[in-house]
Amino acid sequence: MARMNPVSGVVLGLTAMATLWSVSAFANDELLSLQKDPKQWVMPLGDYSSTRYSGLDQINAKNVKDLQVAWTFSTGVLRGHEGGPLVIGNMMYIHAPFPNTVFALDLSQDGKIVWKYEPKQDPNVIPVMCCDTVNRGVAYGDGLIFLHQADTSLVALDAKTGKVAWTAVDGDPTKGETGTSAPMVIKNMVLIGNSGAEFGVVGHVTAYDTKTGKQLWRANSVGPDSDTLMDGEKTTALGKPVGKDSGITTWEGDQWKTGGGTAWGWMSYDPELNLVYYGTGNPSTWNPVQRPGDNKWSMTIFARDADTGMAKWVYQMTPHDEWDYDGVNEMILVDKEFKGKERKLLVHFDRNGFGYTLDRDTGELLVAEKFDPAVNWATKIDLKTGLPERVKEFSTEAGGEDTNTQNICPAALGSKDQQPSAYSPKSGLFYVPTNHVCMDYEPYKVAYTAGQPYVGATLSMYPPKGEENLGNFIAWDGTTGKIKWSVPEPFSVWSGALATAGDVVFYGTLEGYLKAVDAETGKELYKFKTPSGIIGNVNTYEYDGRQYVAVLSGLGGWAGIGMAAGLTGAQEGLGAVGAYQSLSQYTALGGTLTVFALPK
Amino acid sequence: MLSNGSRYLQFIAVATMATLISLTPGAHAQDSGTADAAEKPYRIDPDGTTDWATFNGFRRYNGNCLACHGPDGAGSSFGPALMESLKRLSYEQFFETVVNGKSDVNTATTLKMPALGTDRNVMCYIDDIYAYLKARSDGALGGGRPAKHDAKPPEAAEAEAACMAN
Repeated sequence: MARMNPVSGVVLGLTAMATLWSVSAFANDELLSLQKDPKQWVMPLGDYSSTRYSGLDQINAKNVKDLQVAWTFSTGVLRGHEGGPLVIGNMMYIHAPFPNTVFALDLSQDGKIVWKYEPKQDPNVIPVMCCDTVNRGVAYGDGLIFLHQADTSLVALDAKTGKVAWTAVDGDPTKGETGTSAPMVIKNMVLIGNSGAEFGVVGHVTAYDTKTGKQLWRANSVGPDSDTLMDGEKTTALGKPVGKDSGITTWEGDQWKTGGGTAWGWMSYDPELNLVYYGTGNPSTWNPVQRPGDNKWSMTIFARDADTGMAKWVYQMTPHDEWDYDGVNEMILVDKEFKGKERKLLVHFDRNGFGYTLDRDTGELLVAEKFDPAVNWATKIDLKTGLPERVKEFSTEAGGEDTNTQNICPAALGSKDQQPSAYSPKSGLFYVPTNHVCMDYEPYKVAYTAGQPYVGATLSMYPPKGEENLGNFIAWDGTTGKIKWSVPEPFSVWSGALATAGDVVFYGTLEGYLKAVDAETGKELYKFKTPSGIIGNVNTYEYDGRQYVAVLSGLGGWAGIGMAAGLTGAQEGLGAVGAYQSLSQYTALGGTLTVFALPK
Repeated sequence: MLSNGSRYLQFIAVATMATLISLTPGAHAQDSGTADAAEKPYRIDPDGTTDWATFNGFRRYNGNCLACHGPDGAGSSFGPALMESLKRLSYEQFFETVVNGKSDVNTATTLKMPALGTDRNVMCYIDDIYAYLKARSDGALGGGRPAKHDAKPPEAAEAEAACMAN
């Protein structure tokens, strides 16, 4: 019937109003539905489950070979570009490293700049950022764009105008606290985690009111239960109560006060369990001899109640770290059959080289297997105790101060760092960008001075003995803990992966290639060399009926530190390994967004 | 080398008097006990054995400087290569930059060297770090960890204990 029934017209109108109302009232409801729309890319890791999976399939395994560059955009910043753009409706939001410029581009007007925000930040924050002035992206919610600046300020910008709605100051950069992580919006809250464990700061995650910027809760990684938001009786680790003040009793004296455990990585959220998940970083200092104890809760997976911040369960992967194996990498939430039973799982690829699968409701450890065969610091993880079975030869604690412990795999940057993986529900596989790097590690005594580096070890890094490639891009089965396929890369893969319904998986390389591989076999289907090395995360969206793939290039970060020399470029001192071509022979600096599409 | 930490102690004394300017060229050579120590503050034997200071400089450089200036003093994507800088800088200029920092922040670049004058992990070993970088800069020492080195002399251990306890 062509003519509209007047009653249903009224009902429709009311429904539309109600929808609008709820959108402005509960950011969470809006995001819950937006994250399911494959045409948009509304949060850095794609959805609350951090799958980095898109249902779009216009670009697929058959036609991806025809991919072309559709348009490009320069951020005007030379430093390392981590993270990636968001796409909400016809708007794209791009961020840059320090000075943390944000651009809002209108896709309906050929990428016209609608607004630009450039904060004025004290440049003294630059040298207290451990590994370049990176930023992992902005978040959207409640009609606002949230930026976590280098100087720890959390700024809410009107998504339409770029006007500052409010600013909250999270920490003190003069003590070495900085901001690099992407915020996450949950319900009426925006959550951020801090950086600065190399400066002996105390790690924390803080929730702010999206409307006002008022602090709602803060959960420290170390210290008394009142700071860590733990309950000695109710908070569990592998099913057992953690006990009172575990964030103090596992440290010597007051060392927890400079204990680190920053939460500079990614967060995930399960709306049904109302739990937020994230990992904590290294304990300070890097010299294990100087800080006896398990150093809880550094190197830990946290499951916290989103409303109160109270910890439901924790799992410390690397107690008393001896290698800088931060636990901050992404937590991927999947519902899958495990041993014949449907389970709510959390899958995590840790810096320490083990791929963990846990029950995300209870924190039960189900699988822990090496995702790089080179890993040698531990033989295995005991699933009952959760403890790694350490190999004495590679223990820097056993070696002691002023002793160079050699051939430890992985290196401090981990078998995988913050670069997020992807999960395809179609193939059931996880796609993991990895580092294939080993190290020598010599701890020595350091003194703590507020705002100065508190490192306490010297490192040399190189590929595993007899090998030349510094990275692999792998497909992983999270239920069996086995590598399905592995593509060697000359350099560490420092870019976030994207899996799509078109059976294509995308990632970037340090030389600057955007690569597309077959989701089943890993076979390379397409590559294009962007203007600089890629440490950003690939995403995809659809606009006006056309699917696009977008990635930020711009070398830097941890990976850029080794750029001039090449991680192994100058091992004359060791006289081993064999020369490796330096990255500076392949690429140079500069932040650019490159957007790909199939020809019209 | 007996000078381990001595510069830091001197710096503290000088800073207290607020007469940093009195750090005159030539003072370093006297401190180090040999006339040409400022020009060649390292010792590398034909078999690659280095003196303790040069080796310790390698360690302390890696812990405190590498995160910006890259492995081997060779620079990174955002920090200058000190093995090149030391071809131009005098010991006094090097010392002054480490103590007070340096800034070059504009639309094209964001270079910012922090002031490390109060950081014992740097200042107690400033001469060692200088020796290491000078050896790199002169091409006397290759990249990576020095193959062999002298044992830690008791004087260095004493100077370290005194300086780090400050």
